[in-house]
Amino acid sequence: MLGLLGKKVGMTMVFDQNGDRVPVTVLQMGECRTVQVKTAENDGYNAIQIGFDEITKKDKKKTPKTAMGHFKKADLKPMRHLREFRLDDISGYNPGKKLTVEIFAEGEIVDVTGVSKGRGFAGVFKRHGMHGQSQTRGTHEVRRHGGSIGNHTWPARVIKGRKMAGHMGSERVTMLGQKVFKIIGEDNVLLIKGAVPGPNGGVVEVKKSPRNRKKK
Amino acid sequence: MNAIEKVEKQYLRNDLPDFRVGDTVKVHVKIIEGEKERIQAVEGIVIRKRGDGTRATFTIRKVSFGIGVERAFPLHSPRIDKIDLIRRNKVRRSRLYFLRELKGKAARLTEVRMVKGKAKKASDPTGTPAE
Repeated sequence: MLGLLGKKVGMTMVFDQNGDRVPVTVLQMGECRTVQVKTAENDGYNAIQIGFDEITKKDKKKTPKTAMGHFKKADLKPMRHLREFRLDDISGYNPGKKLTVEIFAEGEIVDVTGVSKGRGFAGVFKRHGMHGQSQTRGTHEVRRHGGSIGNHTWPARVIKGRKMAGHMGSERVTMLGQKVFKIIGEDNVLLIKGAVPGPNGGVVEVKKSPRNRKKK
Repeated sequence: MNAIEKVEKQYLRNDLPDFRVGDTVKVHVKIIEGEKERIQAVEGIVIRKRGDGTRATFTIRKVSFGIGVERAFPLHSPRIDKIDLIRRNKVRRSRLYFLRELKGKAARLTEVRMVKGKAKKASDPTGTPAE
């Protein structure tokens, strides 16, 4: 499914044609370029690889030589982010082809992927929505604990998958079935209804959703 | 200008009068009942203005049949047909929550006479009489 890379700018609220308020996330989509076209003959499957966020002269030194070679082959400036999208039909794509928000339509269903905000080492309240124990009635030192984690003599161990405290966030999250509220072509901006994973400024991937087909 | 401001700008209304907290205003609201659309007017004192851009809202308070009624509107809502500025009152704070405890004669505010043209000057938060 074809997609695009961009950056999350932030959230706001706009009005729809009925005058209802709609929460939207503003995404500054990149002017993405096709870097490589993968074909079934060559690579075993059809896909396009797109790049986003051109690297300025200053940061050029940080780009690995192998990556530089990869971009050079496509005759493009090096870019920060590369992503591959599998397509059935790759005709019409050649390295260097520009991709903008025009690939989407208003009201289209999309899947949005981002890296969620890191929460660090989080307890069971925040991480799993557990309720802990009573705040009063003589509770001693266990107010935010998750309760029992298993039996005793048998099985004498904690079953795998037990929900416990640990690292939360900073993981790749995909929100399925998000709606494109509005497209602003001249600025390459997308308005997605509702929230999108990740912090403001985070890189997001917006992909056409297979759910569009089901509806029709 | 960042992308958010640019997006919001398309939705902002600049046809509304410049009213402040403490003003008595009449808000003409578009109401959709099934197919039909009609306009209902609500008059009251603005007790709060908050927010920025499209997220800005204001709250008006009126006493209706002895019961205090407060209604909040998104400032830039297309459901607002128009706003009439009825009367400007002298207030010294930005949130008039103290009116909730007052009733009858105690809940009145002193009027500030508006001179034509000067009503638009929003730089005077205390509402000094324009003499």
